[in-house]
Amino acid sequence: MSTINITIDNKSVQVEKGTTILKAAQKVGIHIPTLCYMHLEDLNIEHKPAGCRICVVEVAGRRNLAPACATECTEGMVINTHSLRVLNARKTVMELILSDHPTDCLVCAKSGNCDLQAMAHQLGIRKIHYQGEQSTYREDTSPAIIRDMDKCIMCRRCETMCNDFQTVGVLSAVNRGFMAVVAPAFEQNLDHSPCTYCGQCVAVCPTGALTEVDHTNQLIRTLADPTKTVIVQTAPAVRAALGEEFGLPAGTLVTGKLVAALRQLGFDYVFDTDWAADLTIMEEGTELLDRLTRYLNGDKSVTLPILTSCCPAWVKFFEHQFPDLIDVPSTARSPQQMFGSIAKTYFAQMLGIDRKNLVVVSIMPCLAKKYECTRPEFSVDGNPDVDFSISTRELANLIKQSNIDFLSLPDEDFDDPLGESSGAGVIFGTTGGVIEAAVRTAYEIYSNKPLPRIDFHELRGLDGIRHATIDFNGLPLNIGIAHGLGNARKLLEEVRAGKSQYHAIEIMACPGGCIGGGGQPLHHGDSSIIKARQKAIYLEDSNKPIRKSHENPYIQKVYHEFLGKPMSEKAHHLLHTIYFDRSKKQFVVSHE
Amino acid sequence: MANYKIHILVCGGTGCKSSESDMIAHYLRSELTQHGLSDEVQVVMSGCFGFCEKGPIVKVMPDNIFYVGVKPADAKTIVEEHIIKGRTVQHLLYNDPITGQKITESRKMDFYQQQYRIALRNCGFIDPENIDEAIARNAYQALGKVLTQMKPQEVIDIIKRSGLRGRGGAGFPTGLKWEIASKVPGDEKYVVCNADEGDPGAFMDRSILEGDPHSVLEAMAICGYCIGASQGLIYIRAEYPLAIERLKIAIKQAREYGLLGNNIMGTGFNFDINLRYGAGAFVCGEETALIHSMEGNRGEPTFKPPFPAEKGYKGKPTNVNNVETFANVPAIILNGAEWFAAIGTEKSKGTKVFALAGKINNVGLIEVPMGTKLRTVIYDIGGGIKNNKKFKAVQIGGPSGGFLTEKHLDTPIDYDSLTEAGSMMGSGGMIVMDESDCMVAMAKFYLDFTVEESCGKCAPCRIGNKRLNEILEKITEGKATEEDLTLLRNLGHVIKDTSLCMLGGSSPNPVLSTLEHFYDEYLAHVRDHRCPAGQCKALVHYTIDPEQCVGCTACARACPVNAISGERKKPHVIDQLICIKCGTCVEKCKFNAVLVQ
Amino acid sequence: MTKVKTLDDLIRLRDELRTRIDLREKGEHPDQLIQVKVAMATCGIASGAKEVMDYFIDELPKRNVAAVVTQTGCMGYCYAEPTIEVTLPGKKPVVFGYVNKEKADEIIEKYIKAGELVDGIIPQTFKKPS
Repeated sequence: MSTINITIDNKSVQVEKGTTILKAAQKVGIHIPTLCYMHLEDLNIEHKPAGCRICVVEVAGRRNLAPACATECTEGMVINTHSLRVLNARKTVMELILSDHPTDCLVCAKSGNCDLQAMAHQLGIRKIHYQGEQSTYREDTSPAIIRDMDKCIMCRRCETMCNDFQTVGVLSAVNRGFMAVVAPAFEQNLDHSPCTYCGQCVAVCPTGALTEVDHTNQLIRTLADPTKTVIVQTAPAVRAALGEEFGLPAGTLVTGKLVAALRQLGFDYVFDTDWAADLTIMEEGTELLDRLTRYLNGDKSVTLPILTSCCPAWVKFFEHQFPDLIDVPSTARSPQQMFGSIAKTYFAQMLGIDRKNLVVVSIMPCLAKKYECTRPEFSVDGNPDVDFSISTRELANLIKQSNIDFLSLPDEDFDDPLGESSGAGVIFGTTGGVIEAAVRTAYEIYSNKPLPRIDFHELRGLDGIRHATIDFNGLPLNIGIAHGLGNARKLLEEVRAGKSQYHAIEIMACPGGCIGGGGQPLHHGDSSIIKARQKAIYLEDSNKPIRKSHENPYIQKVYHEFLGKPMSEKAHHLLHTIYFDRSKKQFVVSHE
Repeated sequence: MANYKIHILVCGGTGCKSSESDMIAHYLRSELTQHGLSDEVQVVMSGCFGFCEKGPIVKVMPDNIFYVGVKPADAKTIVEEHIIKGRTVQHLLYNDPITGQKITESRKMDFYQQQYRIALRNCGFIDPENIDEAIARNAYQALGKVLTQMKPQEVIDIIKRSGLRGRGGAGFPTGLKWEIASKVPGDEKYVVCNADEGDPGAFMDRSILEGDPHSVLEAMAICGYCIGASQGLIYIRAEYPLAIERLKIAIKQAREYGLLGNNIMGTGFNFDINLRYGAGAFVCGEETALIHSMEGNRGEPTFKPPFPAEKGYKGKPTNVNNVETFANVPAIILNGAEWFAAIGTEKSKGTKVFALAGKINNVGLIEVPMGTKLRTVIYDIGGGIKNNKKFKAVQIGGPSGGFLTEKHLDTPIDYDSLTEAGSMMGSGGMIVMDESDCMVAMAKFYLDFTVEESCGKCAPCRIGNKRLNEILEKITEGKATEEDLTLLRNLGHVIKDTSLCMLGGSSPNPVLSTLEHFYDEYLAHVRDHRCPAGQCKALVHYTIDPEQCVGCTACARACPVNAISGERKKPHVIDQLICIKCGTCVEKCKFNAVLVQ
Repeated sequence: MTKVKTLDDLIRLRDELRTRIDLREKGEHPDQLIQVKVAMATCGIASGAKEVMDYFIDELPKRNVAAVVTQTGCMGYCYAEPTIEVTLPGKKPVVFGYVNKEKADEIIEKYIKAGELVDGIIPQTFKKPS
């Protein structure tokens, strides 16, 4: 690679040919402001439409200003990043963007966490000279995501995530000019589209255009209801990220404080979704072994590979896009739903209360979980197994609303009997974790021998598609892993074509797995945060006294006292599910 | 083949067609048949003659009689008087407005005298739906010469030496463009013809495609040979159904003759052309947006580099040229680079087609050598300002161009001189304005267009142009202040400086150039709440001069909103709050008592 | 449909087709060609001017004479019909009267091709109104 010499703001710098002005400037500590540009390096996602024109800089000899994010350096280039001309242009462009944006900051969900607000502040905007008509659109509320396109600044990040990375293809720019907006086809609502509610669009939106449905107020009212026993379960990925909302560095584990906070908020019992994750391993691991042995014995009615099914966005994805493969995934429910199902039967019985008076709330890194709670098959006589789900971000806000000083909380432990988990349950939060947890249990059941090693590093990492072969006591088990629905699609196409080499595939919809979920603290374009969270998950796992799901005494207890054995009729009824073909087009042209 | 003694050419361009020129041809044919002359007299629907103001045009050859303003009912007269009796039909001849004389030959008319038709060489001469006529006029000779006698680089050198520059507006040297594409490695390349022609009022490309489609097809094949492409695509706007039809016929005939397709003229060179349709987006005239539209994606421009020559259609090397640019190529190959370079100026060679419109006597399509003065075009060729009004400004380059004033009339028409003068060549639209045109309203007219057509991708164009338009609207409604003029100027410059593509990069031009040349008009609007040209309705006041008014009540009776009151024989008064400024009172008053200010 | 298999095919085809439209080309630039105008008013037609015109149209190309033949209105010499007016490039127009096929043949060989004056010229004392 050849190097070239350029000058930025009178500083000389040598860069590789092909480097953009933006990256070259970073090398010498010059941070050119950007708005639509997004580079998630660890996930190989670079979004540079060069559309917002905030990063424009002056290049000697060039007639107009150049967008730093997309313009490549050439030998001898002389760049000025904050001349009067540039500053005037940048501020004018920002004023234009603000002139077509509601002035709702005081009550907007993104206030204090908004890229546009931060940039307006950074650029010192004190007056919007160019006032005029504002483009406005119908608000769209779905079970998980709210689209308020009045606040859209056409950065197109959501489009890139949905089309290029997730390959769900729901969002695209429609209309032309001033009324251009990013929307589903024919400006339908999300709930009439193949949206999976993965929430990656929300995770990257720089304004309040895309936000989650907020259940905080519902939770406050529920906690205040004296007739209800309110219990909470919290996902593994939450404890690895919640601290960021209180100023702690990314990757700080705050499990103990999380539990303490939840107790102070008023939950009657603070339980752990990780416990249910162990339960999922029991069911899914058994199912895996069952299908595997029958397949190897020549049973033609059984298909491989088996796919994990704990991610609701991924489940909705294949219901829309691969309904022909409906027999391929595991029938096991997700840990959230298994928890709810057991809580409202086994635990309600234990407490001696009617399930209608037991409210199950989940704290999730995920927005699709809000939708998952509402699926009709996950309720009994109209009473849902999980009443509602709140995201990590909503929890942080509720903790602040309740005047709790999070950082000075003592570490506390989860309640029993639904609070004890193994390390295998914890690693559900990251890509590669579910299948590693399954392997730890399945190996010992299959071979009747103890694991030679507990950590399966070959299943870990952040590459979009990974594979490994695990030696199951002589049987080579081929495992595939994908995170991000675009990567999942690739593996599914192979399965559809009958060319898949794998016995088992783990799929997670979000980049990095649940740690990168749509409900997590916003990364604002820094993918190293996701990497740090992943490290925290594996750290929690390695610190656990019990590392394998089947060794969790409280799991053994629930089978012994209640379920019988994995895949028993009762287990099947409470912990397994069916899938639906959602590929038929739902065209609703009239808008209510 | 019948030995025709007389050819009657009837203009079949869209303009004349909408004035029933095909009915003229139909009646001519039936009259001739009735008189048993259909074997001796051929009626041909040709391309555009260019003198659209005087259409429908009928030209009789070899007599070289040019009839103007012909109606279908005149067909009978033409056959009976001219064809049979040999008497020229006097009332259909062109009347020279200066001498008052009738002129029979087009080449003697002021409109045509200073034109030099190269791109339009066959328009108005041949039947575009008959490849034989094109071949008789040397169509595909250049292709044959190139394929059998020259190497690709030799051809590129000819185009370079000729000095041909892109006629779509940017003026990039064509030979250089072809050379760049030829050097990019790859065995799948594309030649694309940009026939989107989005400028309002422009119809140069349309006329070429309607009148001489083979010139473009041939040029595309030559380009394909030069750059190593075997596929050509013409992106044509769907609003040109006649041009599309003529192209389809031309391509079909060329394929049948083996002049498109595999092994052209036995040389082993393959080249075929297909059509792609635009769907009503001006922005798709921008080459990257055009390419994305052809790929089935949203027609939005993307950042350059990479340029299409490197990575274009389907990611492959693609050369995009305008229709008129292509139309010049066969003539250059056959007549030589030096011939072309001898026409025009030092940096702008050859000729340019213009669509002359607005407040000018001779509205139509013209082609003049580069370097021709604006004055010549407007006064000699254009015949001067309509109704003897005063020249105010001329707008060149469509919504991307600027306005030039009286002091620019001696500017030669070439790329650099026009840019220096604050306008640009553009694709060839030329609109003339007189004293009754308000320059602010004109700027707003163009902004209305660009606001509608912006793709919406980049903030400065999407929002900036809208705001620019809103300020102009305020000005025309008399609600703006002088501060707004400062904002207008700053915003215009920033939009130009920061837009992603040339739509936004040039849309403020009409505003900035009128601000510069007609600042006093803007001031009158904001400071005095007055529109000097009398066009902005909100700023125009209709009042009755009490000195002139005799109280005849004609205006009061005619006023549709009863805004005028007064007794008989006493001066009347218009209530300004009710008046809707329809102008009926002005029309009715026989005493010139209604003042329009 | 005729297929053009080589460049030579195309050249041959063009030369064949040229005759179809060269009428228009000639009409555009008559000054460099020989112009033959045949009076085709009522008296002219009645005395056979049409056949004379056809004769010129057919014969001139056969004899390799580049010319444009048009019809015109009454030239005024009704007593001498059929009349024709021949203009050689650069020369004044000459009117001939009583033109039949034999006379036409003579005019072509002697006047048009060789420039020799022939009997039957009508003196141009009559000034045509412009």
